[in-house]
Amino acid sequence: MAERRYTKTHEWVTVGGKQATIGITDFAQSQLGDVVFLELPNVGRKLAERETFGVIESVKAASDLYSPVAGRIAEVNETLSAKPELINSDPYGEGWILKLDLAGDLPSDLMDEGEYKKVTEAAGH
Amino acid sequence: MVDFGGWEMPQQYTSIRDEHFAVRQVAGLFDVSHMGRFRFGGAGAPDFIQRMVTNDVAPLVDGQAQYNLLLNDEGGIVDDLVVYRGSEGFFAVVNASNREKDLAWFRAHAPEGVEIEDRTFEQGLIAFQGPRAQELLPCSADLASIPYFGWAQGDVAGVHALISRTGYTGEDGFELFIATDRVGDAWDAILGHSKSAGVLPAGLGARDATRLEAALRLWGNDMDETVNPYEAGLGWTVKLGKGDFIGRTALEKVKAEGPRRQLVGLKMQPGDIARHGAEVSAGGKRVGVITSGTHSFFLGFPIALAMVEARSLQVGDRAAVEVRGREAPAEVVKLPFYRGSARSLSDK
Repeated sequence: MAERRYTKTHEWVTVGGKQATIGITDFAQSQLGDVVFLELPNVGRKLAERETFGVIESVKAASDLYSPVAGRIAEVNETLSAKPELINSDPYGEGWILKLDLAGDLPSDLMDEGEYKKVTEAAGH
Repeated sequence: MVDFGGWEMPQQYTSIRDEHFAVRQVAGLFDVSHMGRFRFGGAGAPDFIQRMVTNDVAPLVDGQAQYNLLLNDEGGIVDDLVVYRGSEGFFAVVNASNREKDLAWFRAHAPEGVEIEDRTFEQGLIAFQGPRAQELLPCSADLASIPYFGWAQGDVAGVHALISRTGYTGEDGFELFIATDRVGDAWDAILGHSKSAGVLPAGLGARDATRLEAALRLWGNDMDETVNPYEAGLGWTVKLGKGDFIGRTALEKVKAEGPRRQLVGLKMQPGDIARHGAEVSAGGKRVGVITSGTHSFFLGFPIALAMVEARSLQVGDRAAVEVRGREAPAEVVKLPFYRGSARSLSDK
């Protein structure tokens, strides 16, 4: 399993070869509460780093989804349309959101698990 | 945990979805100790309460409770509350966010001979709500003999409680007033006794979803001091013939002219959660705003309440609601969205 990296806005990314898998973190899903809907883009769309690509609706609020990396969408997790609760129950596994064919290098400000943990501890009281 | 009127409250203990289903199918246990609790004593208390609230409290006897509204002189809703009649006076439960305002309002109008006491911090309040609440509550009192909106004294899991057959979920159930230093013991014992049947502790998320399905209005969302009871669909709590009360003159005028707005129920498409304040339109014309909206896990679609111009929408009509910057389709449906086990009690 490739090492998981994190953003300050609570997305995660893993990279295998030239493909990245992205999702939202366990901290993000716990803050959102029960997810009820995702508005997701189509395969083939090109995303810039930090570009908004969709919306996640929880019972509490609607939030924008950002891509932590630049690339072309290779796959969208279609299971989420029927089972958005996978984001809550398995955010790093079955709750993945997009697979992207990477364009260029990874951003230098992605965090490892230890660094990200400090961010969430500061945010959660 | 979220801040709710200055109280730190859990949005969920486990998952809103699971807690919501537990309340609808078995029972859920809510901590509602944040709600304000006042005691009214003295010889003048009955007349005073009657002058302050919209419903007729004169027929109430010891052991009965009643849903009520406090109005301002313009007929706007200062708060909604439940009034309890006891042997030595009255008791009221008000919204947490309005506790200090209500207390000042009562005190400002109280004549000599009426004592008002804020009991919020001496007592905890927990609510055990669901179709199996009566069966699963460990209690010394004969729960079956307590009618809907009735209350009795008894021991719950060995702890003294005032047991009220009321709630905010549309289900049968009980609200338990227990001394602050013992309420934690009662909470643990109730869950210990009922957990294996599927009872869960339930947070604010499940409370909001169940109250909205039952179309129970939330002060601050669906009504406030600019909304009168007829607009909020709460005309049944107003007894204009009972004698004078604050707001009565204004309400007589509203009743004669007809309310200018009405609260309606909307059913939305999956994924389209209508949020408080979103615009509602019909036939290309803006007719009102969303006051409450959520996704109903239990019903399987999003639901909302909207305050719209009178006669602009009827059951069966199509409307549009602003969701994520676009117009989402909505259908006007009959309220409540769901009638839980409280129905069989209220029909008795």
